[in-house]
Amino acid sequence: MFRAKLPPWLVLLLPAFIIILAVVAIPLILSLYSSFTPYHLTRPDTLWKWTGSFNYIKAASDANFWKAFGRTVLLLTIALNTEMLLGLGLALMVSKVTRGQRALRTAMMFPMMFSPILVGFQFKFIFNDNVGLVNNALQSLGLTDVAIPWLVDGNLAMFAIIFAEVWTSTSVFAILILAGLFAIPQDPLEAAKVDGCTPWQSFRFVTLPFLMPFIYIAMAIRSLDVARAYDIVQVMTNGGPARRTELLWTLIGRTGYVDARMGYANAMGYIAILMSIGFTIYFFLKLQTARRELGMGEM
Amino acid sequence: MASATQHRIKKRALKTAHFLGLFLAMSLICIPGLWVVLNSFRPTIEIMAKPPVWMPQSLSLDHYRAMFGGAGEGGIPVMTYFRNSLIISITSTVIALLVGMAGGYAFARYSFKAKGMMFVALMASRAVPGVALSLPLFIIFGRTGIIDTHFGLILVYVAMNVPFTIWLIDGFFRQVPKELAEAAEIDGCTRWQAFWKVEFPVARSGIASAGIFAFLTSWNEYALASQLTRSTTSKTMPVGLLDFTSQFTLNWGGMCALAVLMIIPALLLTFVVQKHLIAGLTFGGVKG
Repeated sequence: MFRAKLPPWLVLLLPAFIIILAVVAIPLILSLYSSFTPYHLTRPDTLWKWTGSFNYIKAASDANFWKAFGRTVLLLTIALNTEMLLGLGLALMVSKVTRGQRALRTAMMFPMMFSPILVGFQFKFIFNDNVGLVNNALQSLGLTDVAIPWLVDGNLAMFAIIFAEVWTSTSVFAILILAGLFAIPQDPLEAAKVDGCTPWQSFRFVTLPFLMPFIYIAMAIRSLDVARAYDIVQVMTNGGPARRTELLWTLIGRTGYVDARMGYANAMGYIAILMSIGFTIYFFLKLQTARRELGMGEM
Repeated sequence: MASATQHRIKKRALKTAHFLGLFLAMSLICIPGLWVVLNSFRPTIEIMAKPPVWMPQSLSLDHYRAMFGGAGEGGIPVMTYFRNSLIISITSTVIALLVGMAGGYAFARYSFKAKGMMFVALMASRAVPGVALSLPLFIIFGRTGIIDTHFGLILVYVAMNVPFTIWLIDGFFRQVPKELAEAAEIDGCTRWQAFWKVEFPVARSGIASAGIFAFLTSWNEYALASQLTRSTTSKTMPVGLLDFTSQFTLNWGGMCALAVLMIIPALLLTFVVQKHLIAGLTFGGVKG
């Protein structure tokens, strides 16, 4: 009787909503609440003490927090743009190959299968100043005598992290853009050629606009788990040396679990959550507009 | 004449540049992974050698023997981690696919109020960073006693995978013409039968690709697993990797061996359904 009254779409969506409510929504409400308390893991009674926006004010006036915030935004901007450009370049190069393209495509997907934590260890090993591949190669080629402290120097460590991040995720962009390149209708390209467009012009005004939805899909997919960089950073440098590679996520993890200051960590976590969600919504809206422009159906 | 020669030279230069660029890119993609595989077969002395040994002198299965033997290397129970990973990933993938199929079907076939909003809300729930979500989950799971159990982690992974599964499957159901299912219903099928006999077979490749993504996400996830698992009863392989580190040393060889063990299932699975994977991502996304 009860089920008959619910519309069928609600019945179908109900399991998804229940499970997300239980695992995501309710914990987020709890963490919102605890961000207004001085909750400390070892002192459970602190959960009932209301301190208002104290944690948020503390975060806002904490220089370490703002540095980590800025660094996270910087990392995402550099990494995503580099991945997009390299992915576009790689896709264009692979699409021009006539023989053995399948094998290339398969090899291209290799990094996608690596767990981010594994990527972290892999590059920690590769950039190791003593036994790492990079330093060994540089020294054997006679380019340098000293062991370059890749993961110890702040700027070099940031470079190593971005390198690892770009290594894992460029293939997502490359594969999606490649699929887009194959789906391009040939007529407009030929028309452009007949009209005397240079290769650059036909790329810029015909190919690229058509590829945009594919680039937005890749961005949307990536935006769903930008925080996977947490795994990589945690393993490679753990925010060190001396907080010089500290990201928002490593700062939250350390405050919550090592210092056990859950209330404060949750307050900072909320800022990270809002940033991620804003990012995702932005790319999904972009994707919808791009789709509509190409007449590929409504949401 | 001169311009023809010039043209030919230019073309050849372009071709060489293309080849070199591709070669460089592919080396950068493949070498880091292959280096890990190579090192899993080399003895620790050779890995640590200074000056470096470029041509492997002796390859052995020592790291694998130590890993599976469990006795050496501080007795890391790799097989238990492997089993935990397998149980958790497969169960959560199957459940996420069932829930995702129901949800994807609802989004593709029914129209209702605030559909777009609901969809974006669903996606936003997936965007919550694992480490931020792990704090409250850690508290709740600790209170309800499902911390460090398979059940707890399966629950979390289902919730993580459902939004993306719905997105992909929705795109595939949209490709199936509505008329097809309607025709089956006119011929006397119930809606349920029409779904399994007509729509499901057509959308199967999309469901397969959603399954791969769900599996890979659960198989590789670390941020949540590292906090919600405590002991060998539920630790997964990504968390197990940390067992090879101690405060000042790192057992590179042993770690590389475990890394290979982690990659193999993912590699096999991905290559088997490679074609579906690309189709699933693009069509699910573009046409959805």
